[in-house]
Amino acid sequence: MLLQIHEPGETPLPHENEKGLAVGIDLGTTNSVVAISREQKVEVVRDARGSGLVPSVVAYPEEGGPLVGEIARRQILDRPEIVVSSIKRLMGRGVAELEKLGAKLPYELGPAAEGGMARLKIGARLLTPVEVSADILRAVKERAELALGRNVDRAVVTVPAYFDDAARTATRDAARVAGLEVLRLVAEPTAAALAYGLDSKSEGLYAVFDLGGGTFDFSLLRLEKGVFQVLATGGDAALGGDDFDHAVAARFLAERGGEISREETKQALVAARLAKECLSTQDSWDGTLMLDSGDSDHALDRAALEALIAPFVERTISICASVLEDAGVEAKELGGIVLVGGSTRVPLVRRRVAEFFGREPLADIDPDEVVAVGAALQAEALTAGSDTLLLDVLPLSLGLETMGGIVEKIVERNTPIPVARAQEFTTYQDGQAAMAIHVVQGEREMVDQCRSLARFVLDGIPPMVAGAARIRVTFSVDADGLLSVAAREGTTGREARVEVKPSYGLSEDEMAAMLRASIENAADDMERRLLTEARVEARRAINALEAALAVDADLLSTEERATIDATVEAVERAMAGGDRHAIQGAAEELEHRTKVFAERRMDRGIRKALAGRNVAEIGG
Amino acid sequence: MNDMPRTSGADPAAAQAAALAACWSCRGPVDPASLFCATCKAVQPPAPIDHFARLGLPRAFEMKVPVLEQLYFGFQRQLHPDRFAGAPAKARQISQSQAVAFNEAYETLKDPLARATYLLKISGAPIEGEGAHTIHDTGLLDEQMERREALFEAGDLATVEAIATAAREDAKAAIGAIGGAFARGDLAAARIETLRLKYLVKLGEEARARRARLGAAGTA
Repeated sequence: MLLQIHEPGETPLPHENEKGLAVGIDLGTTNSVVAISREQKVEVVRDARGSGLVPSVVAYPEEGGPLVGEIARRQILDRPEIVVSSIKRLMGRGVAELEKLGAKLPYELGPAAEGGMARLKIGARLLTPVEVSADILRAVKERAELALGRNVDRAVVTVPAYFDDAARTATRDAARVAGLEVLRLVAEPTAAALAYGLDSKSEGLYAVFDLGGGTFDFSLLRLEKGVFQVLATGGDAALGGDDFDHAVAARFLAERGGEISREETKQALVAARLAKECLSTQDSWDGTLMLDSGDSDHALDRAALEALIAPFVERTISICASVLEDAGVEAKELGGIVLVGGSTRVPLVRRRVAEFFGREPLADIDPDEVVAVGAALQAEALTAGSDTLLLDVLPLSLGLETMGGIVEKIVERNTPIPVARAQEFTTYQDGQAAMAIHVVQGEREMVDQCRSLARFVLDGIPPMVAGAARIRVTFSVDADGLLSVAAREGTTGREARVEVKPSYGLSEDEMAAMLRASIENAADDMERRLLTEARVEARRAINALEAALAVDADLLSTEERATIDATVEAVERAMAGGDRHAIQGAAEELEHRTKVFAERRMDRGIRKALAGRNVAEIGG
Repeated sequence: MNDMPRTSGADPAAAQAAALAACWSCRGPVDPASLFCATCKAVQPPAPIDHFARLGLPRAFEMKVPVLEQLYFGFQRQLHPDRFAGAPAKARQISQSQAVAFNEAYETLKDPLARATYLLKISGAPIEGEGAHTIHDTGLLDEQMERREALFEAGDLATVEAIATAAREDAKAAIGAIGGAFARGDLAAARIETLRLKYLVKLGEEARARRARLGAAGTA
């Protein structure tokens, strides 16, 4: 579900606590990395050859389950039609948007899913980007479980800072489908800063330049005594090393001439990538492109590569300049520039960054692993506790469509999250019973230039003259950067019923079906989570009662106390068992049995407060 | 046992008179301004107080931003949702509303224009929205009109830069004047200077946009 509509003031957080291992996962465009932190010592999970990178590539053979990683990547040359790569670029994208990409997209699009989410046609299968990402996450989770010998059920998953709400929601859903509870979505540059900051105990202003396979982020942070405060962020959710590969591949294909199939394009991209990587350390490259339609020889030197990719690199530099200006910070004020992402290995990128900032950037921690390291640290902080604090911002403004397709911004970008802003609306016709609301995200003035997040209808507005209704719509963005919307009709105090129609995204039914299809014990998983939540809640109730008894036990008669003690015991017994309904029932009974006690405590508190005041008044 | 009340059910009016609320968790009396229940330590919802009081600052325009930041970080360390990752759902939800309240207070108070606007609003002399009286200061309006026209007509980066620099300098002067006016308790003067600052900030933003357009045209 893209947007969650709740009663005002009751925005829930989707996180829960369970004993078990929590890892940090960098779900990258090209590669994914998983790491675990124990007592702030981070270990990247590696394969037998020592590599921490799992290629974010999935192959879907006709027989058997999906293949993920290196084994899938090797299939690109032989069976490109069953392989999906760079799926992250499609996360949270609408069908129309993907159709616009059209020829550039090395996949065929199938009919959209029920909620409007795009689906790829891979062999005989129809797959949403959420499912493909879930397959990668599941493989990464299994890899960690194998290495750690323990069950892994929770994770901090990183997302590009510049990911909008739809892409963040899609990422969280993918983790859920993979059987992972998302403790927190953390912005990639923020995670990288966490890895550096904790490592070096740095203070001051830092910039993180994160150029991955498919996304570019630039974030400006202040580090101070364990606080990581994001001041401003900018980027491009569709700019990265993939663009370099496409530029090189396009050159090769132009040199060849002739028509090229979709599958051959994928193969040409593999060759382009090899050439690019080779030119990071060597001055020239030559090779043969072996495609079904024939072989062709190509050569490329570093200067030619740099000419091809320069426009993309310049775009990253101009984004840096505008983020610095946004924050009112000059390059010379920075304490350091951190490089993140495999594409920062390209010499032109390093050179331009050094020129622009007037200093050599930092790349002490492997730029491919630094994000997962930070995510692991945050996973530990959230489960075991920590003194560090991440204060992040909303990357893109949130707004509403108003008359004439103009966007009215409700929450400006770079506002610290969590944030809540309310906006009042009124009716423009007598007796108007419903109102359509269109939520968008982006910086442009016109709705059609922004990302459409959701359209919904407020209905059940009581009949009134035009302009009399007061409909207060509250936008809440939680610490994950996820939006929820609540609405209330003010004049009558009635809650307006809100219907959500996501512009695209998964419907709850689709999500449930995916969970059923992907995890055999999905129901168990869900039930276990609810059970944990019930226990946490029952424990809270008992602890609160014990604290109250420590102060006010004298307010109870012996019999009353005995009844309460017996009820507490019943709750404890229920908690020891595995029936969540029994726990909830016992906790409700406890609440009921302690009602009088609570009232007497209030009475006593009030009397004390008033007596104190009278004394003070007399004294004064 | 002589403290045993005969009535059952605390009187909400009495609770209000005593300035007490019921803790959501242990249901005992709690000071509505406190962040945590003194008895059961449960996090409490944000109190209905102004941004200055929330951060423990005096209600004044003068502000040492580093002091504000230290206070803000200190509260967020206690209340940010990251600190409640394993807590019951209700505690997590309250921590989020506390973090929202502190973020809003911090955002409002750290910026001179937002701070002045807010201070005028809670002092009963708002410059915008309901209850705001029109300000008749034709001098101020004329001056701003002239500057915007000059910016609109500026054809080169140097001219735009000069207008932007002047706007920045004048904004600094306006901030000084706002401080002086609030210190004297002269809300009328504070309103005019705040309005001036608002125009100047807007002018600065427009200059930036204009510069970006001229820059883009220059490289194209």
